Amino acid sequence: MTDRGPTARPMRVIVCIKQVPRAQELQVDPVTQTLKRVGVPSEINPPDANALEMALRLKDQHAAEVVVLSMGPTSFDESLERAVAMGADRSVLLTDRILGGSDTVPTAYALSETIQKIGGYDLLLCGEETTDASTGHVGPGIAGHLDLPQITYASEIRIEDGRVRARRTAEDGTEWWETTLPCLCTVNFGCNRPREPTLTGKIRVERGGVVTHWSCADVGIDPKKVGLFNSPTIVAKVDTVRLPTRAGRIFSGEPKETVRQLLDSLIADGVISP
Amino acid sequence: MTDVHVLEDKSHFHGVWVFLEHRRQGLRDVSVQLIGEGRRISDLRNTVLTGVLLGNRVDVLATYALGYGLDRVIVVDDPLLEIYRSRPYAQVMAQLIRRHKPEIVLYGASKNGRDLGGRLHAILETGLAADCVKFDIDAEGNLDMIRPSFGGKSLAHILCKKHRPQMASVRRNVFIAPPHDPSRTGEVVHESVELGPSDVDATLVDFQEFVREGGLRPEEADVVVSGGYGLRDPKAFAMLQELADLLGGAIAASRKAVDSGWVPKMLQVGQTGMTVRPKLYLAVGISGAVQHLAGMQESKKIVVINIDPKAPLFEIADYGIVGDLFEVVPEMIGQLKVLKAGASGARTAVPAAAH
Repeated sequence: MTDRGPTARPMRVIVCIKQVPRAQELQVDPVTQTLKRVGVPSEINPPDANALEMALRLKDQHAAEVVVLSMGPTSFDESLERAVAMGADRSVLLTDRILGGSDTVPTAYALSETIQKIGGYDLLLCGEETTDASTGHVGPGIAGHLDLPQITYASEIRIEDGRVRARRTAEDGTEWWETTLPCLCTVNFGCNRPREPTLTGKIRVERGGVVTHWSCADVGIDPKKVGLFNSPTIVAKVDTVRLPTRAGRIFSGEPKETVRQLLDSLIADGVISP
Repeated sequence: MTDVHVLEDKSHFHGVWVFLEHRRQGLRDVSVQLIGEGRRISDLRNTVLTGVLLGNRVDVLATYALGYGLDRVIVVDDPLLEIYRSRPYAQVMAQLIRRHKPEIVLYGASKNGRDLGGRLHAILETGLAADCVKFDIDAEGNLDMIRPSFGGKSLAHILCKKHRPQMASVRRNVFIAPPHDPSRTGEVVHESVELGPSDVDATLVDFQEFVREGGLRPEEADVVVSGGYGLRDPKAFAMLQELADLLGGAIAASRKAVDSGWVPKMLQVGQTGMTVRPKLYLAVGISGAVQHLAGMQESKKIVVINIDPKAPLFEIADYGIVGDLFEVVPEMIGQLKVLKAGASGARTAVPAAAH
C-alpha cells in the first residue's frame, strides 16, 4: 500500500470522525414519549474522540502526522476545527449532496476512496462505533475495502519498527494482537481522556484553512455507488415505542418505611423470597 | 467483488444462515439464541436453516449444534481458523456466501461478530443491520430487520430489498435460547476454501482472561443491582455488591459510572454496553438516559432508587423510592438481613404473601 521505507518521513495517522448530537442531552419527553432533539448541541462522536486522542498520543511519541477525516455537511467543520485545535495537523471533509442518506456500505466506500486520495497512510483509526447509529460497521468496512489488517476495540496501540501491537478488549478477556503497517484499528470507547483544545491550536484554527473540503468529483468517487438510492438498506419506517406499562408505585418518606413497602411489594409479587 | 449483490433475480438466493461463534468447544450463548430465531425465520420462509462453523477440529461441535434446531452445518475446518481472525474469517465467509447464495445471514452482535460483519458487508456490498431486536418477513418476502434507534425510544424497520444476502446482527440475550434436542438429526457438510498462511495478517500474541471475581455476570443473573453517577464514589459499589449478594444477584453500572472509571466497562448496561433482562433490575442513582433504557427495559421488574423524583427512569419503574441512596441502600441491606435471619429461624417473621 505504501511504497517507501518506514523511516522516510513521519508516520501518517488518519483518524475518521463523525459529528453527532450530544448523547447525554437526549431526553425523552414524558408526555409525548418522543425524543427531544431540538437545540441539542453537537460533538465529536465520543468514541471517535478517543481515537483522536490515541492518534495525538502517537504524534507525541513518534512525531506522527495526524490527519482527521470526516464525511458530512459543512456544519461538520466545527468538529474538524476542534480536532485541529486539539492538535491534529490538518483535516479533510468529504462533503457532497449526493452522499446524503448513505448507509454504512457507501460510507465505508467513500471514506476508503478519500483515504486513498490523502494517501501515504500508515495507520487508520476510527472510534468503535457512533453514539447516534451505533453500528460499528464503518471501520471494519474500510479495512475490508482497502484489504488492510484490522484490530477492533483497541484500547492501547504501540508502534515499533513498522509493526503494531494493540490491546483489544473482548468479552471475556484482553487480547494483544500484532500486525504490520498499514493497518486499521477501531478504538475502544472510553479508553482514554481526550485532551482539550490548546491555545496554539485555537490560534491555528482562527487563522483559517485547517479544513479542506473535497467533493465526490474531487476524490473520484463513483456517484452510482453512494447516497440514499445506492445504499443496500433503507429505513422503511420508524415506530415510536411505548414503553411497557409499569405499575409505577413510587414510595417517598422515611427510608425505614419506604424500604419496608418496597420489600413487601417485591415479596408479594414473588420477585424475591423472604 | 460485486457478483453477489447484483440482483436481476433474487430467486437464486435461498436459505437462512447463522454464523456460529464458539469458544473452547462450546457455542456462544448468542449463537444458540440466534439458532432459535433463525429457525423461526426459516420456517416463515419455508427454507433450510444452516449454521456456519469455522474452526479447527470442530466436527463434534457441529453435530451438537444441530440439536438446537439447525437443518445442516457447514464446517470449514482449518488450523488457520483455530481462533477468530478478521481477515481469514471474512475471506472464508465471503467465499461461502458467494458459493451458496443464502438469502439471509445472521451474526451475533458480539465484538467478533461486529468485526466480521462490518468487514464482510463492505466486501460483499450488501446490507447489514446492527443490533436487531425483532425480525419479520414483509409482503415481498424481504427480511424486516427491526432495530432500536436513539437508545430504544423508537424502532426502525430496515429493509435490504435489492441486495443479497440480507445480513443482520443480534445482541446477546435478545432472543431466548432454544432447548437442545440430542435426537435431532441433520447434515454436517465440509467445505474447502482457498485459504493460506498469507491470508493471516494478524497474530494473537497474548490473551489474559478476565477473572470472574466470584460473583455472577449481570447477563446471567436473576437480579441485577445497577449503580449510576449518583453513587459519587467507586467505594459505594461495595455497598451495591453487598445488596446484590443478599438478593443473589450481580452488580452492573450505567455508562456514566463506567466513564468515571469507577467500575470496569464489562459491567456497563445500555446501548454501548450489555443488554440484560433479569427478573429484577434495581437501579440505584441512575437517572435513566435513553441509552441506558436500551439495555434494561426488558427486565421483568424495575425498581428505581433516586433522590430526584423527576429522574426519567421512574417513568418505567414498577416500584420506586425517592430518597438518598446512602440511606436507602443500607436500610435495605439491614431489612434483608433481618428477613433472611427470620427465614432461617422463626418462620413467623416472614410475610405470608410470598408466592
